[in-house]
Amino acid sequence: MHNFFKPTQYIAVLLFSCLPFYAVAETAEEKGLAITIEADKRDTGWQDQTASLEMTLRNRHGQESKRKIRSKTLEVSGDGDKSMSIFDTPRDIKGTAFLSYTHALKADEQWLYLPALKRVKRISSNNKSGPFMGSEFSYEDLSSQEVEKYTYKLLREEIIDGRECFVIQRTPAYKHSGYTKLVTWLDKSMYQPIKIEFYDRKKALLKTLTYSGYQQYEGQFWRADSMHITNHLTKKSTDLVWTDYAFKTGMKARDFDRNSLKRAR
Amino acid sequence: MMNRVVLLITSAACGLTLLLATGQSLANEWSGYISGEYRGFANGPVDNRQHDNNLSFSAQPEFYTDWDDGQQSFTFVPFYRWDENDNERSHADIRELTWLKAADDWEIRAGLRKVFWGVTESQHLVDVINQTDLVEATDGEEKLGQPMINLALIRDWGTLDLFVLPGFRERTFPGEKGRLRFPLPIDTDQARYESSDKGAHIDYAARWAHALGDWDLGLSYFNGTSRDPSFVAGLNRKGQPVFIPVYNLIEQWGLDLQATLDDWLWKFETISRSYSDSGFGEDYIAVTAGFEYSFIGIADTSLDLGVISEILYDDRGNAALTPFADDIMIGARLTLNDEQSTDFLIGMIIDKDDSTRLITLETSRRIGENWRVSLEGQAFINVPSTDLLAGIRNDDYLQLELSRYF
Repeated sequence: MHNFFKPTQYIAVLLFSCLPFYAVAETAEEKGLAITIEADKRDTGWQDQTASLEMTLRNRHGQESKRKIRSKTLEVSGDGDKSMSIFDTPRDIKGTAFLSYTHALKADEQWLYLPALKRVKRISSNNKSGPFMGSEFSYEDLSSQEVEKYTYKLLREEIIDGRECFVIQRTPAYKHSGYTKLVTWLDKSMYQPIKIEFYDRKKALLKTLTYSGYQQYEGQFWRADSMHITNHLTKKSTDLVWTDYAFKTGMKARDFDRNSLKRAR
Repeated sequence: MMNRVVLLITSAACGLTLLLATGQSLANEWSGYISGEYRGFANGPVDNRQHDNNLSFSAQPEFYTDWDDGQQSFTFVPFYRWDENDNERSHADIRELTWLKAADDWEIRAGLRKVFWGVTESQHLVDVINQTDLVEATDGEEKLGQPMINLALIRDWGTLDLFVLPGFRERTFPGEKGRLRFPLPIDTDQARYESSDKGAHIDYAARWAHALGDWDLGLSYFNGTSRDPSFVAGLNRKGQPVFIPVYNLIEQWGLDLQATLDDWLWKFETISRSYSDSGFGEDYIAVTAGFEYSFIGIADTSLDLGVISEILYDDRGNAALTPFADDIMIGARLTLNDEQSTDFLIGMIIDKDDSTRLITLETSRRIGENWRVSLEGQAFINVPSTDLLAGIRNDDYLQLELSRYF
């Protein structure tokens, strides 16, 4: 998440940072947007982030397969984040690396490095709805969540797992999304999601994602230690466990170019 | 001679690797694969010295270490293949033996390495740095490690790579017992050079590459001994007819361009190659151009289908030392996006003058966490006896390969 607003949203930020949002926002849409802007603001300023993740893919028979990935992300003000993912396992794709420049509404820029061929390939970014590494996560589930990527509506407020949450409906505003809507339970104290329901192009509930083990870093930024996603159609699921979070490590744009992609390890 | 050099470098590299591996503060890592492959041919060979079916094993370990906060690294990748029938295909190489130092706006690399340039799929015209390891794969995708010093300048206006390339690597060719070769075996022992320095001639190259929005472009220059040989007819030591490779001096400019526009990838590569006056070749221009269109998530599944088409053109026409003088390639890539990363690729190159067709099929999937199985086949249809491909007209094959990664 990062800080990227249209001028009108700057005004909204100014307003909402001075006043409790419910005093100003009138409609459910305005409230939904205001909460999202607040969440985005609270998660701004981490500069850069590195982490390791282990994915466990589980099919309907309970058979598991694992992937180990390292990720680096650079917060970019005024545009979407830059990120690089490096695959350590399965061993046959070890060293494969993926570079992505996300943008709010225009197409992301993506390059893939294939170590066996030493080839950097520019790829189409319209694969947003496609599975990430054969998992139940799609590329769009894991890419940076820009405010402008959705329109919002506050549905209600409710308590789940003992946590007070805003329940916000998001409708993708970008092309090539695999979803018609997402319903997010956003924890009121952390302004981070506890649960997301994804509705497919037929408007049926497709997947449910839950977050657990939130920890606060740098005294500000909340990150979940694990994420669990279930596909209700295929009965497959994926666990994602995050470790070794580090922030403000001093990375620069130069660490996210095609030259650094070629030597990513 | 080259074998002795390779052996010497390997010993030195092994020593250095051991030294580094026993070091304490370094991040060391071994990986790689071993692989077994079986090739079955549909028909008997054109030449009765050639074999029928064939078994082969290969291994490619990789050692990597870095220090200086990841700004310096050392990589060592030896390769070895044993082949049941073809002595020329049983071979060793050092794919990589490189020291790298990266700084804010430059990177330097020294050692043996592989470099890839270009964007197209059917052939790689602008990709001139490395010699093709032809015994490894008929499609020319496998390369020999090239000795080099490479300085990359990384600026706002793009990346400028400068190369000094000492030490020429000769192309590998299947031996007389090998399949998938020219009508006559190539006698690599008699290789000739235009340069009086022969394989010691120092080549130079440069490439500027930049990404501008939806456009990725590269402009390249090469001056030195051509990686593609010409051939002259001759006799081997046993007095049998062979082709002898001749390596000419060339100067080559290359341009590669890709536009990534929604589901379309538009690709273009062109080269202009000139030979010296004393050389053996005729100056020429060649082009590969085409597109790849992706259907993402067909019919609400997780399947992706990519459709590829490219034209291959060479202004020398039939005099060209390439089978791809005026051809069209069509192909499709199906990706299942499943846990086993299953994919299928089918491609066909059609000669527009005659009806020669080259069909390629590739499919692979992972088994468990560390194994991968792949099936590959090629068919050569309506190959006239005058075509450069005449030697492979009976060589339709299917190949099953099983690899263990570690």
